[in-house]
Amino acid sequence: MKKIKYEDIGSILNPLKNLQFFARKPITEDLEPRPAAKIYRGFHLNDMEKCIGCSTCQKICDNAAITMVKVPHLKEDPVNGIKNLRPAIDYGRCCWCALCVDICPTGAIELSREYVHVCDGDEVDSYFILPQEKGIHGTEQEKGWTKTASNDLLARTRTDMGEMTPEARGDNFKEIVDGYTDEQAILEASRCVQCGMCHDSCPTHMHAPEYIRAIWKGNVEEAVEWMYETNPFSHVCGRVCTHRCETACSLNQTGLPQGSEPIAIRWLKRYAMDAVPHERIKEIVARKKSQEKTGKTIAIIGAGPAGLTAAFDLVKRGHDVQVFEALPKGGGMTRYGIPYYRLPDDSLERDIDVIQSMGVKIEYNTRIGEQISMAQLHTDYDAVVLAIGLQSGRSTRIPGSEHKDTRSAVELLRLIGNHDGDEAGFDIPRTAVVIGGGNVAMDIARSLARYQKQRFNQVEIIVTAIDELEKFPADKEEIKESLEEGITIIPSRGPQQVMIENDQIKGLKTWHVESVFDSDGRFAPQYDDSDEQIYPAEMVIEAIGQMAETELLGNTLTEQLEWERGRIKVAQDGSTSAPWLWSAGDCVNGPDVVHAVADGHRVAESIHACLTGNKVSDGKLNDE
Amino acid sequence: MRPENYQAVRLPSSNEYEIFIGPNHPGIEGNYAFKLRLDGDEVISGKADAGYLHRGFEKLMEGRLWIQNLAIVPRICVPDPVPMEVVYSLSVEAISDIEVPERGQWIRVLQMELSRVASHLFTFGGHAATTGMYTPSYWGVADRDLALDLFEELTGGRVYHIYNIPGGVRRDIPDGFLDRLGHYLDYLESRQNDYDNLLFTNQVFVKRARGIGVINKEQALEWGVTGPNLRACGLPFDVRRDDPYLIYDQLDFDIPLQDAGDALARILVRRDELFQSVRILRQIIKHLPSVKGPVRAPIPNPLAWNVPAGESYSRVESSKGELAYYTVSDGGPKPYRVHVRGPSSMHAVQVLENVAVGARIEDVAQIMFSLDACPPEVDR
Repeated sequence: MKKIKYEDIGSILNPLKNLQFFARKPITEDLEPRPAAKIYRGFHLNDMEKCIGCSTCQKICDNAAITMVKVPHLKEDPVNGIKNLRPAIDYGRCCWCALCVDICPTGAIELSREYVHVCDGDEVDSYFILPQEKGIHGTEQEKGWTKTASNDLLARTRTDMGEMTPEARGDNFKEIVDGYTDEQAILEASRCVQCGMCHDSCPTHMHAPEYIRAIWKGNVEEAVEWMYETNPFSHVCGRVCTHRCETACSLNQTGLPQGSEPIAIRWLKRYAMDAVPHERIKEIVARKKSQEKTGKTIAIIGAGPAGLTAAFDLVKRGHDVQVFEALPKGGGMTRYGIPYYRLPDDSLERDIDVIQSMGVKIEYNTRIGEQISMAQLHTDYDAVVLAIGLQSGRSTRIPGSEHKDTRSAVELLRLIGNHDGDEAGFDIPRTAVVIGGGNVAMDIARSLARYQKQRFNQVEIIVTAIDELEKFPADKEEIKESLEEGITIIPSRGPQQVMIENDQIKGLKTWHVESVFDSDGRFAPQYDDSDEQIYPAEMVIEAIGQMAETELLGNTLTEQLEWERGRIKVAQDGSTSAPWLWSAGDCVNGPDVVHAVADGHRVAESIHACLTGNKVSDGKLNDE
Repeated sequence: MRPENYQAVRLPSSNEYEIFIGPNHPGIEGNYAFKLRLDGDEVISGKADAGYLHRGFEKLMEGRLWIQNLAIVPRICVPDPVPMEVVYSLSVEAISDIEVPERGQWIRVLQMELSRVASHLFTFGGHAATTGMYTPSYWGVADRDLALDLFEELTGGRVYHIYNIPGGVRRDIPDGFLDRLGHYLDYLESRQNDYDNLLFTNQVFVKRARGIGVINKEQALEWGVTGPNLRACGLPFDVRRDDPYLIYDQLDFDIPLQDAGDALARILVRRDELFQSVRILRQIIKHLPSVKGPVRAPIPNPLAWNVPAGESYSRVESSKGELAYYTVSDGGPKPYRVHVRGPSSMHAVQVLENVAVGARIEDVAQIMFSLDACPPEVDR
């Protein structure tokens, strides 16, 4: 580089050298508009189909330029985490920082390569752009700044949680997962964008955004307080909930190249419940109990999640509640249906203990219909809730299914639940076939596998169902873990006959399934009988569904009530056609813990309204 | 109609009068007023009158999430926005212990130097214009615009890049960017003679600039002068060399110096610095392709990001001088306090008020521009 000295005053002719520019060709800029840079931050494009209305763009916007607007004709699908809100942009406020693009969980929002925005509307409309049919600014615009793995601002991967290896867990009933540590939980909670999809999708509408935020702030007691607003079975749901919240989670995205895993909402719930001492939880919950007694009495039949949730709500509001349970312990299917390795007994005990600490009285080993009649309950109590669950298994009714070694999964799980981890309560077969592809099938298969491993040091269990593997109703995790534990899963097989020789079961004959449903969508499996196989087994276990045992109602009441496909018909609020009787839980809605909890709240609300005179059950039944 | 008891106010006879320069005038890159007291043509005293661009940046930052401040910081100095983004990111990284990947550091230095080039070109034009020479100002702005084209390609924005983020930079450089940067540097070097002839060795300019707005070494130290203004007084201090940050210690460059401390010395320092930046950029073009890896370290979800409690003082060498952010976190999702220690508040207030005294009125605008202050940064 040429040096210029300070003293150098320069020649008087120096500026004249620039006269040469007169001889140069003038530079004329082309008036054709040049395209903006490839990643130019122009105006907003929003793919209306990709956008789920989570409002994350609105939250990150540093100028409050984004308002979420309801677009009524778009679908609202809480179960899959889709709201019909779409961003409207105020270009009087936008500073084109593109943080909305970088944070968008789905990658729906992008910026175009336009320099100018022309609008033929009036002044206000031209700066405040409402969501339009084809995105905010039309879809014809070329894309500028878009989401890439590099500028994505969200942490897409779940915080790892310690869990037992398949080898370590294969022969015992210890809980598989370790649970989050404080650091892990805070890290996982920090991933949440607070969209509330989880809240909307949850059957009992748990305040998940609030408790996740509380966990992130390190305030686990606040988290527990939020949980008890809607769910007295948070220990249980923190372990075995079907977590629809995680399916609906904004971060549960499959379309992104970098992948995206939902927040581990269930594990965060488990963490917060375990992090607060049990006695402290009781204190927190007791704050919400009404100090006044109403003098009304309610009987609840069944100490499962639905019955105890209803009891919890009613006691909180000052009613007297008596729960009757036929079995020696409470919890219903959560105790007698879910194996210890998924739900250790002490977690369930703690949930029930909190409920009892509120003043709920439970009488165990009391079978209504035998010791006490329904008519007696009707006389003694102001209201009665039937929350009896689905206690008996459905049968395939194939030849041989009446054999004593063809057992139902729920029956075996109940036997296992009645004993401690090392004893089963029945003879463990060396080989077994489980029919069914749901969580119950996996539960019994995995429990049996543990006993087999203990007794014979090998696992010989086949799980077979008529569905294709992708369509198994069981959780993906359950299937994965079953395979890891040495269980064989054979999909698309229809059971035809239990093979019996000398009164001993020898195996299960199955045919290949060609289709499960007919052209009208009705269940009508078609088999290919040329593809026949016999799976050797000493025991065949049916896990194809459950049904309620309703003998306790007695003939008069059974006739008085309205029924629908074997279930008692109830109104939206859980009331039956008998004005003093409500029904809730699995026996109404089918098997699921969190639905049962939601149902418990619903009937408690209805009973409370009826008993305090705010509303009389109109007896109108739900026609669905 | 005058009231009946009206009496004219009689002032003692004097040659002194007050004049108001600004807030819109050619002496500075923004709205900034300067009250002068003159005796004939000579300045007796000057009073800086800032605040026309006050938007309360520092206070605004306390109410916004850590990441949202990225969109606000470049506005504190429009002609040279990159150091603002980088030093804010550096200060947040220092508190939260985030290490920027090496490639991210190289790209940051690339922008810092390109921004310095663009800023100095703007200053050449502005300084020349205050002496009535308008051609260099057209050249300066036109040549700066080519740098803005490169910024547009790199960051998606021409002026407000919002490209740096705690942890690194938002995206990697586009394909072929370094080639195009190389062409731009070739072009700049080819323009050197034109600029020298028309401006730096032009008697009309040199005679106007020499001996104007002199700062001596002692004054410079007392008034907190930094950057090219300090080096024009013969004091060789440059944060890039004396307190290296990012990867400046791996680069080879000189610190241009002048002794006179006047307007001419200042613009000559800037001229030399511009070509030192070209030298640095050439090294980056050569070295950057061999630096592999990510451009950004992961940060927590910005909506739930509690920067750990602590404080940091991070400084960089901007085109205007030493730029530092003192950032305090109380462990929350927003800064507790961000203080911008910009070079301009010293240069445009205490330095200007002092060096303007004794100057002739026609040189005041030149003195202001030669100090190269940025009004929004004074007002921050």
